[in-house]
Amino acid sequence: MSQTIEVRIPTILRPYTKNEKAVTAQGETLSELISSLDANFSGLGERLLENGELRRFINIYINDEDVRFMGGLNAPLKAGDSVTILPAVAGGCK
Amino acid sequence: MTLRILQRDVDAIVAQSRAEYPDECCGVILGPIGSDLANRLKPMVNAAHSPTFYEFDSKDLLALYREADENDEELVVIYHSHTETEAYPSRTDIAYASEPNAHYVLVSTRKELASSYELRSYRIIDGEVTEEPVEILLDW
Repeated sequence: MSQTIEVRIPTILRPYTKNEKAVTAQGETLSELISSLDANFSGLGERLLENGELRRFINIYINDEDVRFMGGLNAPLKAGDSVTILPAVAGGCK
Repeated sequence: MTLRILQRDVDAIVAQSRAEYPDECCGVILGPIGSDLANRLKPMVNAAHSPTFYEFDSKDLLALYREADENDEELVVIYHSHTETEAYPSRTDIAYASEPNAHYVLVSTRKELASSYELRSYRIIDGEVTEEPVEILLDW
């Protein structure tokens, strides 16, 4: 059975969650969690993934750790974990 | 909407830009949620260490948003420098801008400006850039 995970949503993605700052979703891995989010909040998945990979300028954290250092989409989730989604703050002169 | 910013913060941003030359510098000014008051300057590390690109370090980014959350603050201003070009958002700046409530401030300290600088402010929402007036104040 999949546990329920709290997911914190950044301002820019809140139009997908009826302006909720935090929602819940299910999954044993980040990939499953994103599918669960997209099932409940249509279109959200596409803002996180591109061609089946995490988007370069979206950061996702499990507790305090960037998922890129935890296996990316395969990163495992356990009961009580908290997931935070944050858009990168980035840019440049070109 | 006009950006209201303190002279001391403008001076600090310009000084940071010169200190980190030729790399772009970056940072934020935090303020109480909904207040539009650019109250607390927080310089950030440019994790890209590049003259043509800036990016907040991913751990710093999480810490910043947590800190803001705890203080009921938000990112009122997100600033960065262009060290060789003018203070106008590039395609990259527009593509990655993802805080619809923030003033995106660009400071240019390019050589032609000598000891002077150029500071401009924009809203960037859904890829659309709107320049806004800047009011520099000695105090609120």
